[in-house]
Amino acid sequence: MSILLDLLSWVLLLAGGGIAIVAGYGVVRLPDVYTRMHAASMLDSLGALCVFLGLALQTGMTLMTLKLGIAYSFLLLTTAVAAHILGKSAIKSGLEPLSGPMVGSVARPNVGQEADAG
Amino acid sequence: MYGAAALLMLVSMALALVRALKGPTVYDRILAVNMFGTATVLMITTVGFMIGRGDLVDIAIIYALISFTSTLAVLRFTEYEREMSARAAQSAEERT
Repeated sequence: MSILLDLLSWVLLLAGGGIAIVAGYGVVRLPDVYTRMHAASMLDSLGALCVFLGLALQTGMTLMTLKLGIAYSFLLLTTAVAAHILGKSAIKSGLEPLSGPMVGSVARPNVGQEADAG
Repeated sequence: MYGAAALLMLVSMALALVRALKGPTVYDRILAVNMFGTATVLMITTVGFMIGRGDLVDIAIIYALISFTSTLAVLRFTEYEREMSARAAQSAEERT
């Protein structure tokens, strides 16, 4: 049983590291701020979950598990808020996504709605 | 095994730094620094387990909060700086 838990935690830790590598590769290679945000948020949510879960399996039910949970919940809250503000701030600065202008965005709220109004 | 995970986090931090140095816009740099902070939190926690010191998890929590605050501060600064400079240019045009 202990061997099984060790194996599972190692797999989770290595999966977290692999997700971190993929996120770093995506941040370097993707063409746009918004697509890079997608790559970076993968590390924030899934990579952190894998690493913290792998570490929590090593400690068992102790105070350390609670601390790891607190750290993960802080990370989950703060990265969501930071990504929201980053996206809002980038779109307000006039940085359009490569896939075309966003419909009804903060920067140009009426784009794509003139046809309906007329 | 902790060492391997910490090493992978280090490689990810290096890739984020590449983007922070290359990034064409300021938002690319902010995004890369934010991701660097997350990877650092994960690496601090893993290294704390590796050397057998649980205290480092507390440091990782504090680091996550400080990294979030700094990202927020820089983003608000860029947002308001643009508005302020636009307003200053407008008032300068009105004056002439």
